[in-house]
Amino acid sequence: MANIISDETMEYVGILAKLELSDEEKKAAAADMGKMLDYFDKMSELDTTGVEPMSHVFPIHNVLREDVVTNGDDRDAILQNAPAQKEGMFVVPKTVG
Amino acid sequence: MDLLTMTATQLAAAIKEKKVTVSEAVQAVLAQIEKTEALYHCYITVDKEKALERAKEVQKKIDAGELSGPLAGVPVAIKDNLCTEGLLTTCGSKMLGNFVPAYSAQAVKNLEEAGAVLIGKTNMDEFAMGSTTETSFFGVTKNPVNPEYVPGGSSGGSAAAVAAGECFFALGSDTGGSIRQPASFCGVVGMKPTYGTVSRYGLVAYASSLDQIGPLCKDVTDCATILEVLATHDEKDSTSLNRNDTDFTAALVEDVKGMKIGIPKDYFGEGLDPEVKAAILKAAEVLQEKGAIVEEFDLSLTEYAVPAYYTIATAEASSNLERFDGVKYGYRTPDYLGLHNMYKKTRSEGFGAEVKRRIMLGSFVLSSGYYDAYYLKALRVKALIKKAFDEAFAKYDVILGPVAPTTAPKLGESLSDPLKMYLGDIYTISVNLAGLPAMSIPCGKDEKGLPIGLQLIGDCYKEKNLIRAAYTYERAVAADVCANTEADGNGKGEV
Repeated sequence: MANIISDETMEYVGILAKLELSDEEKKAAAADMGKMLDYFDKMSELDTTGVEPMSHVFPIHNVLREDVVTNGDDRDAILQNAPAQKEGMFVVPKTVG
Repeated sequence: MDLLTMTATQLAAAIKEKKVTVSEAVQAVLAQIEKTEALYHCYITVDKEKALERAKEVQKKIDAGELSGPLAGVPVAIKDNLCTEGLLTTCGSKMLGNFVPAYSAQAVKNLEEAGAVLIGKTNMDEFAMGSTTETSFFGVTKNPVNPEYVPGGSSGGSAAAVAAGECFFALGSDTGGSIRQPASFCGVVGMKPTYGTVSRYGLVAYASSLDQIGPLCKDVTDCATILEVLATHDEKDSTSLNRNDTDFTAALVEDVKGMKIGIPKDYFGEGLDPEVKAAILKAAEVLQEKGAIVEEFDLSLTEYAVPAYYTIATAEASSNLERFDGVKYGYRTPDYLGLHNMYKKTRSEGFGAEVKRRIMLGSFVLSSGYYDAYYLKALRVKALIKKAFDEAFAKYDVILGPVAPTTAPKLGESLSDPLKMYLGDIYTISVNLAGLPAMSIPCGKDEKGLPIGLQLIGDCYKEKNLIRAAYTYERAVAADVCANTEADGNGKGEV
């Protein structure tokens, strides 16, 4: 089964991935993705009926601790990396009209 | 003895015996960097001043008897996806080109507490996505064995730095072979421990269920020693294991009598270079001569590991890399119209082609309508692969095979065909899917003089089996070389 990735699909994936591709990039990405999905389809040869999806190899359980602060106040250090900051906060473009 | 030919543990011993100072060791490494770095480009950042300063501090502590461990005073290089407080951590990406972490990764802290001296941050494929270190935003790293070839990846800078004597050992991360494959290509030792053995706190995530930190180093003794320092339980990583069997150096024993070693026939089929195959089978013979019981078996499912791996890895990557949005750290596009446009432009300009390719693919396999067919299917295939390994380890202590189908490719030959590049991971990725420990040790060279890596795979928690087999092999080969050198009478045998 050959996977043909339509322009609409690429558009949709672009929205999910929050990526804006040029037309040329989109074309190349669609071809790449089709080829990879063809390859992924190999998995359908395997009968996995009744096999539980395994997300982790070890049993994963919640790790809980008492709700007490253990880290210091490193707000200023963390904000040093912000592209824009003001009065101890991250600055982002206006989000409501 | 030339300082740079010493292993990490030999150096620490020499420092302890006051034959060498920490400053001398650091200066030797910095001089080597000065000499060869322009050609190899192992590092993204070299922190010369801080390293020299730290050398003095560590020396004082050693002199005062406060530091006496087997890595005290040893210069180390850290892959640039491990956070280092106050030191640029780029992940090989324009996206994090200006990121200076406010904290250090737990693995880095463990090394610092043991007295290792951080020299700098090594080059890598962007966000650890690649097998050649060619997708780094900061340029390619060249293989010190032959600079026309790639060092492998994604921990290519770390492997190359060890091979070039630009550090005594390095840390890497392994999501699908990113420690073992560059170790193999550069002729050094590398290990990916059991998932959860080393804390991932402070490791910039690529595919969290597969990522694991481990050492790249000069020999098996160093490997066991470093791993012993790295392996601690960490509450800050919810997948961190609480192990009480991390005395890995206890397994540095030259004895494989009765050890059962399985060679998966599936790993010796089409696509495997005949020279690599011959070297691996010869290594198996060496272990057999030392008393191991070696036999072939069918592992099965090998051809399904690559599609399952790339489905899971890209899915997790698409989710993990959502955090790079130009708000909290890293790159932000200079021109934008509103919030969503800022996100999109920042990400489109900040990520390179391979990262974008994997985020798109990952977003697709997680999208509604395809989630069951791809993502859940891959998790089911993963369960079957794990089961196949469980069955194998019911019969064998160690699985032995190649690390990669070929030796290092030439620079510039891999990126044009991603699928072909991904297939080069066929022998390493199953290990990550099943959470197993595995190591790469040098086992000869091909006709071009490029190193070949032997892969030893163990069951979960069984690093000691790998260390014992690897150590026995290493000693046997060294003894063999010595014997041949004496027979030649020229004293110039290659070790």
